[in-house]
Amino acid sequence: MAGQEARWYDAEAGPLVRPFTMTGGRTTPATPMLDITTQVVTVPAVGERINLTPEGQAIVEWCHHALPVAELAAHLDVPLTVVKVVISDLIERGYVVVRNPTKTALQDPGADLLKRVLKGVRAL
Amino acid sequence: MHSNQGQAAAPAPESVKILVAGGFGVGKTTLVASVSEIPPLSTEETLTEASTDIDDLTGIEGKTTTTVAFDFGRITIQRDELVLYLFGTPGQDRFWFMWNELAQGAVGAIVLVDTRRLQTSFAAVDFFERRSIPIVVGINHFPDSHWYEPDEIRAAMAIPESVPVIVCDARNRRSCKQMLITLFEHALARVPG
Repeated sequence: MAGQEARWYDAEAGPLVRPFTMTGGRTTPATPMLDITTQVVTVPAVGERINLTPEGQAIVEWCHHALPVAELAAHLDVPLTVVKVVISDLIERGYVVVRNPTKTALQDPGADLLKRVLKGVRAL
Repeated sequence: MHSNQGQAAAPAPESVKILVAGGFGVGKTTLVASVSEIPPLSTEETLTEASTDIDDLTGIEGKTTTTVAFDFGRITIQRDELVLYLFGTPGQDRFWFMWNELAQGAVGAIVLVDTRRLQTSFAAVDFFERRSIPIVVGINHFPDSHWYEPDEIRAAMAIPESVPVIVCDARNRRSCKQMLITLFEHALARVPG
């Protein structure tokens, strides 16, 4: 128990800023590379999910259909930095999985991808 | 033990993002609202100003945070397969650093121009050109703004011939749709091979 406390409030955390109380004072997600469009999906649970923060609970409930990081931040009304930390925790505990934008989209969108989007916007 | 060996998670769609840039009040959120399938959502990023020496604990006491808000919308291209996100960039100049994160992986951008304040959009054109992100420039005419032809704006802003410049109305869905089509045609034309 004391160890848990120590992990949450180490010396480098400094004075806690209110939004970051829900992330235990951390401002850097343990899992890097969560883009604002990274899709989050809940892994169907076998057992009970324990020790979820209200934000973590909400994400797990909402993401039975994929939702991106930016939408989760907007719905929870918390900064992106905060939602990324919460999602990282959920990933570590195996409660959610994520799909990052494909590498091709990140660096050099292939013609195929652009053609699919173009076809889609023409049909709007 | 075997706690995660249940059903597989639902499929996650592939995501593509574009940015909608331009100065404060130029119509970015209006454009996003015109084409998005959901009312534009707003989210924010909290940034901590880096202290000069990050190892200096005394510096932590003095750090300040800045909140940058930005809007975005969504267009489902293929259900469960492909989703397009439109992110409006923060309009104020002092939030340029936020653009870097937003632009990461963006496949294109629409730069909106208010002819009464060209300089605010000039910087946006420059930003995307430097990063080789395809852009289309949309001249969003306001009721009290003087009418300029696209070529006049192109000349005034030194926009390269290769970049499409079109007149648009951010309030009009068809006009915004046309801008998206132009952007993706332009992006596709730039793909080598």
